[in-house]
Amino acid sequence: MIAGSVVVVIGAFVVGESIPALTHIGGSRFMTDESWHPAADASFGQFNLLPILIGTVLSSFAAISVAAPLGILSAAFCQFYAPLRVARWYRLMIELMAGVPSVVFGLWGLVVLVPIIARIHPPGQSLFTGIVILTLMILPTVALLSDAALASVPRSYLQGAAALGLSRATTTLSVVIPAARSGLVTAVLLGLVRAIGETMAVVMVCGNVVRVPSGPFDPIRTLTATIALEMGYARGDHRASLFFCGMILLFLVTLLVTTMEIVNRRLRHGTT
Amino acid sequence: MNRRFQSVSGVIVLACAIVVGCEDSSPAVNPTQPVEVKQVTITGASTLAPLLSEIAKRFENENPGTRIDIQSGGSSRGVSDTRSGLADIGMVSRDLKPGEDDLQRFRIARDGVCLIVHRDNSVESLSREQIIGIYTGEIRNWQEVGGTNAPITVVNKAEGRSTLEVFAGYFKLDTRKIHADVVIGDNEQGVKTVAGNPLAIGYVSIGTAEYDRESGIPIRLLPLEGIEASVKNVANETFPMSRTLHLVTKSQPEGIVKDVVEFATSPKVHDLVRELSFVPIE
Repeated sequence: MIAGSVVVVIGAFVVGESIPALTHIGGSRFMTDESWHPAADASFGQFNLLPILIGTVLSSFAAISVAAPLGILSAAFCQFYAPLRVARWYRLMIELMAGVPSVVFGLWGLVVLVPIIARIHPPGQSLFTGIVILTLMILPTVALLSDAALASVPRSYLQGAAALGLSRATTTLSVVIPAARSGLVTAVLLGLVRAIGETMAVVMVCGNVVRVPSGPFDPIRTLTATIALEMGYARGDHRASLFFCGMILLFLVTLLVTTMEIVNRRLRHGTT
Repeated sequence: MNRRFQSVSGVIVLACAIVVGCEDSSPAVNPTQPVEVKQVTITGASTLAPLLSEIAKRFENENPGTRIDIQSGGSSRGVSDTRSGLADIGMVSRDLKPGEDDLQRFRIARDGVCLIVHRDNSVESLSREQIIGIYTGEIRNWQEVGGTNAPITVVNKAEGRSTLEVFAGYFKLDTRKIHADVVIGDNEQGVKTVAGNPLAIGYVSIGTAEYDRESGIPIRLLPLEGIEASVKNVANETFPMSRTLHLVTKSQPEGIVKDVVEFATSPKVHDLVRELSFVPIE
C-alpha cells in the first residue's frame, strides 16, 4: 500500500509540475514547432518533442524485439536442454549481467562499441549502438523472469507430454511456452519498460542529437536523455517541459503495464 | 481492524516524510549534522570540476572537518544552483552575462577553447571559414579541407555549457544552426568521443585537451588563426579564443564558503592550476 501511494504521489507531482508547460506551450506546439531549442520563456523557445519521442520508441521497441526471443529461448535452454551444472552456471552468469549498473554498460559502449561501429559507419554513436546496448541490458531481465515463468509450469504437463511421446522441442515450444504465456508476457513487458526508462547508457552511446533518424546509424535522443542533460539548468517553461517528458514516460509505462494486466487476465481466464 | 490501522499509519508516515522533505534546508548549514563537519557544495562547469576537486582535496587536508562536494553539469547549472541555494559556490567557465550581475564573481584561472581531432587525422589546421562550414553542415567530407575521403563526425556541446557559448560567440554562429552528429555534455566525454573516432572533430577546453594529450590520449589540438593551441599561448594572451574561469556566489561569501573561495583564488593553489594546464591569475 505504501509502494502504491509513493507512485501516486510521484505521478501527481510530475503532472503538477508539467502544467505550466501545457498551458504556456500547449499540446500542439510539442508536435509542430520547428525544433527542440527550449528556453525558460515559452515564446522564445522551440519545443518539438516528436523526434525525441520517436527516439525513445524506436530504440526500446527494437531492443525488446531482439531481447524477447533471445531471452525466452535462453530460459528454455536453461530449463530443458542444459545439463544441470551448465544450467546453474548459465543462470548465475545471467543474474550477474542483470546486476551490472547501466552506467557501466554505457561506459563500455562509449569506449569499446562506438569506435567499432564508427569504423563501419560513422559517427558511431547512433540508434543502432543504443539498440545493441539496450538489448544487452534487458536480455538478462527477460531471461530471468522467463526462467521463473517456465519453471512454474506444472510438472504434470511435462509428464503428460512425455506420456504422449512428444519430443523435447515439441514439448518446449507447443506445451510449456504456451502454458507459461502469461509469465512470459510479463517478462517481455517488464524488459520493455526497463528499456524505455534507461538513461545513462543511452546518453553515452546514442549521440543525443534531436533529429528523426533517417537510418539506423543516425544519432538519436531519447526522452530520458533529454531530462538528464537539461534538468540541471532548466528553468521556467523549459523545466516544465522536461516534467512533461517525464509525464509522457509515466504514461507510456502505465499504458504498457495496463496492457500486460489485461492480456494476462484474458490468458488466465481464457481457454488455457 | 489491524490491517486498516497498518494502511492508515503507513499513509500518515508517508505524508510526514513528504512534509519534512519539502522543508527548505540550506546545504551549508545542516542542523542534523554535528557542528564540527562543515559542508560546501560546488556545482557547475565541467571544465572547472577537476581543478576544484584537486583544490578541495588540499583544502580538506589543511582544514579537517570540512567536506566539499563537487558536481559538474555545466556553467548554467552553476549559475542556477547558486541562485536557488542548491549550491554554495558555482563554477562558471566564461565571463558573466549582463543578467547575472546579482552574483559575486571571483576569477580563478584563464583557459582557452580549441578544436581537437584524432591524432591520426592528417588535417593540420583549419581556417575560420572551414570551421564555420563544418559546423553548419556545409562541409561534410574531410576531403574538402585537405583530409581523407570520409564524412566528418561533428561533435557539439549540449546547450547550457559555456564552452558552447564561447565557441558560438567567437565564430558568430547561431547555436540552432549548428549541425551536429554527436552532442556531448562534459569536456571529457568530448575528448573520449574524438579519441575513439578518427573522423571526429570537436572543441573542448585547452586545459582539458592538453592534459589529456600529455596523458597519452590520441588527440591533436588544432591551431586557431595560425596560433598554436597551448596553455603557453593562453598565458601570453596570444590565443584568440580564450576565456576567464570564475567562481560565483549568491552574495558576499561568509564563513567556510569565504575560506574556500579565498583559498581557491590564492597563490597557494597556483601549482594545481598549472598542473591541470590552466593559467593562474597573477
